[in-house]
Amino acid sequence: MDSQVIATQPTSAHGEHGHSPHLRHHFATVAQQREAASFGMWLFLLTEIMFFGGMFTAYLIYRNWYYPAFVAGSHWMIMWAGTLNTTVLICSSFTMAMGVYSAEMRNRKALLRYLFITLCFGIVFLGIKAYEWHDEWEHHHVPGLNFSINDFTHVDQRYPQDKPLAPDMAEKTQAYFSLYFMLTGVHALHMLVGVSILVVLLFHAWRGAYTTGHMTTIENFGLYWHFVDIVWIFLFPLLYLISRHQ
Amino acid sequence: MSSTSIVLPDQQTATMPKRSYLNSSYGLKSWLLTLDHKRIAILYLITTVFFFMIGGTAAALIRLNLLTPGGELMSADTYNKVFSIHGLIMVFFFLVPIAPAVLGNFCIPLMIGAKDVAFPRLNLTSWYLFVAGGLLELYTIIWGGIDTGWTFTTPLSTHYVNTHVISGAMGIFVAGFSSILTGLNFIVTIHRLRAPGMTWFRLPLFIWSYYATSIIFVLATPVIAIALALVMLERFTGIGVFDPAKGGDPLLFQHLFWFYSHPAVYVMILPGMGVMSEVVACFSRKRVFGYTAVGFSSVAIAVFSFFVWAHHMFIMGISNYSALVFSLMTMLVAVPSAIKIFNWSSTLYKGSISFDTPILYAFSFIGLFTIGGLTGVFLAALGMNIHLTETYFIVAHFHYVMVGGMVSAVMAGLHFWWPKITGRMYPEMLGRLAASILFIGFNLTFFPQFILGYMGMPRRYHAYPPEFQILNVLSTAGASVLAIGYILPGIYLLWSLKYGKIAGSNPWRAPGLEWQVQSPPLEENFIETPVVDFEAYDFEWLAKHENEVQTVG
Repeated sequence: MDSQVIATQPTSAHGEHGHSPHLRHHFATVAQQREAASFGMWLFLLTEIMFFGGMFTAYLIYRNWYYPAFVAGSHWMIMWAGTLNTTVLICSSFTMAMGVYSAEMRNRKALLRYLFITLCFGIVFLGIKAYEWHDEWEHHHVPGLNFSINDFTHVDQRYPQDKPLAPDMAEKTQAYFSLYFMLTGVHALHMLVGVSILVVLLFHAWRGAYTTGHMTTIENFGLYWHFVDIVWIFLFPLLYLISRHQ
Repeated sequence: MSSTSIVLPDQQTATMPKRSYLNSSYGLKSWLLTLDHKRIAILYLITTVFFFMIGGTAAALIRLNLLTPGGELMSADTYNKVFSIHGLIMVFFFLVPIAPAVLGNFCIPLMIGAKDVAFPRLNLTSWYLFVAGGLLELYTIIWGGIDTGWTFTTPLSTHYVNTHVISGAMGIFVAGFSSILTGLNFIVTIHRLRAPGMTWFRLPLFIWSYYATSIIFVLATPVIAIALALVMLERFTGIGVFDPAKGGDPLLFQHLFWFYSHPAVYVMILPGMGVMSEVVACFSRKRVFGYTAVGFSSVAIAVFSFFVWAHHMFIMGISNYSALVFSLMTMLVAVPSAIKIFNWSSTLYKGSISFDTPILYAFSFIGLFTIGGLTGVFLAALGMNIHLTETYFIVAHFHYVMVGGMVSAVMAGLHFWWPKITGRMYPEMLGRLAASILFIGFNLTFFPQFILGYMGMPRRYHAYPPEFQILNVLSTAGASVLAIGYILPGIYLLWSLKYGKIAGSNPWRAPGLEWQVQSPPLEENFIETPVVDFEAYDFEWLAKHENEVQTVG
C-alpha cells in the first residue's frame, strides 16, 4: 500500500535482517530483539528482589527484636554444610559464566561441558540443603510441624559460654526458624527451577542451539543463575554467621 | 488550533476491511493459542466481564441484605462471605486487570507503532495464569467461600476462620504473576518497540500512565505474593512469621499487604487517567493542556504510591511519628492528581466539545474522581481518620475513586475504542443514556454512604441500627439504577457486534497512531513500520492527512 499516512519514509532496518531465522516477526532487528529480552530479564530479576525483599524485611525486624533467639537458632546451623554450599554455588556461577562465554565463542563442546558441571553443582547444592533440613527435622527445629524449645532452654554443649534462653525468648526462635525455612526454601525452589531449566538447555545445546550466534537464552539464564547465587551470598551470613564476629 | 469543530465522517461510505485480526483465522483453537495482543485483549475482556458479573451479583446481595436493619436476607456468616467475594473478585479479577490487560494490551502496540508486545508468548501465559487464578477463586467460592475480606487480615486469616483461605490466597498468588508478567511486558514494549520517531514526549499520555501502572505491577505485586505465601504456609504448616506466640507480628502482615495494596489501588486508577487524556483531547479537539505535567504526574503518582501504605494502619498501633510522615505523604498524592484534573479541565476550556458517549463518561470521571480524591484528603488527616476509618465513609471514598473513577474511565475507553476493536459503532443515543444512568445511579448509591459513615455506621457488618435505614434504602435503590447502567451497555455492545453501523478507520477523527490504520486492525497492525514525524494530539497534522488509511482488501 502506498498511501501511508505515517510511513513517510521507508525503513531500511527491516529488510537487512529480515532473514535471520531467530528474528521474531514483531522485532525490526536482531539487536532490538536481544535488547528487549535482556531488559525483560533484568526487570524479572527486579521483581525477584522485591519477592525476597518481603522476607528480608521480616528478618531485619525480628532479628532486632529477638537477637538472642536468632543467635541461639543460628548456632544449630551445620557450619560445614553452609560453607560448602556457598563454595559450590560460587563455583557454579563461575562455570555458568564460562558457559555463556563458550556460547559466545560458538564452542558447542565447551558449552555442554560447562552447563553439565553447573547442573552437577546445582544438584549437589540441593542435596546438601536437603541433608541440612533433615538434620533440623531430627532436632525438632521445624516450627509448626515439629518443634520443641528444649534445645534453647538448656546450655548447648558446643557453646558453653551461651546462656540458656528464658522460655519466652526460646519461643521466639520459631521466628528465626520460620524465616530460615522460608528463605532457604524459596531459594531452593529457585535452584530447582534453575536445575530443571538447565536440563532443557543442555538438551538444546546438545542439538546445537546457542552456538550459532543466537545465545540470548543462555545469557538470560546466566543472569538468573547468578541472581539465585547472589541471594545465597546474602542468606549465608544472615542465617549462619549471626554472632561469628564476636 | 481548536477551531475546527468535530464533524464525524460519513458512516455510509465506510466498509468493513476484508482482512483483519478478527478473521485472520477461525476456530476456538486460534483464539486460545493466539499470540496476537489484540485477541489476548479480547480474551481478557471476556474473562474480566465474567468476573465482574460475579462481583456485581455479590454487590447486589450485599445491598439487598442492607435494605433492612436486621439483615434478614442472610446470616452474618454468609454476609461475611458475600462481601469478601465481592472485594476479592472486584479488586483482583476485575479492577486490576480490566484496564491494563484489556485496553492496554489492545492499544499499547498500536499506539507506539509496534507489531505486537515485546513477549507475545508471555502475554498469552499471563492470560492463562489469570484464568488459573480465577478458577481457584471460583473453586473457593463454590466450595464454601472465604470470609476474611479482601485483606486477608492476620491472625483472623491464619488462626480463626474456618473457610477456604488457602485456595483463595492461592488464586490471588497465581493471578499476581499474571499482573507481574503483563507489567514487565508493557515496560519492555514501551522501551524497546516504539516506532522510529516516536520519542518519549511524542507518546500519547495513555502510554505514560500505563508505563506508571506497569512500574507498580513489577515492584509491588511480588510483595503481596510473598505475604500471601507466608499466610498460606502459616495456615497450612504453622510457621510463625505473623504469629505473636512464635515471635511473629501480625502488624508486619499489614505492612507487607499494604505495601502492595496501596500501589495497587493506583493501578486501579492510573490506567483510567490514561484513557481520560485520550478521550478529553479527542472530544475537545485540543492537545492535552500541559502534556509534560500530565505525563510526569502519572509517574509521580506511581512513585508516591510506594510511600503512603501505612495510612491504612493509623489505628493499628503504628508510631505517632510514622503516622505523621505517612499522613503528609498521603496528602502530597493530591498534588499530581490535581494536576491531572486541572489540566483536563483546561483542555476542555474553549475546546470544541462534542457530547458523545466517551466524553460523558469522562465528565463523570472528573466529577466523581474529584469527590473521591478530596475525601481521600479527609482520610489522610490523622484526627479525621480515627473518626472515619472502618466506617461507610471509607467504603464511599474508595468506590468513588474505583467505580466512579476507574469504571467510568473504562467505560469511556471501551466506547471510545469499540469501533477500533470491533469495526462497528455502538448505538450512540443508548450510549449517552447509559452514561447518564450510570452517573445518577452511582451517586444515589454511594453518596448516602458518606453520610452513613460520618454518622458512624461501621463497614462489614450485616446489620445496623434502625436510624440508618433511610439512607441505606436510598443506597440500595441507587444500586438498582446502577445495575441498569451496567446491563444496558452490556446488551447494546453485544448487539452492535452484528448490527452496529460500520465504523470506518477513524470515526472520531482522533490523531493517535491507532486510528490511522483500518478498523479492526490487521493481525500485524501496520503494513509497514510507521515513521512518526508528528507530536501527540496534533489535530492540524490530522487535518492534512485525513482519508489516508492503510487498508487491506
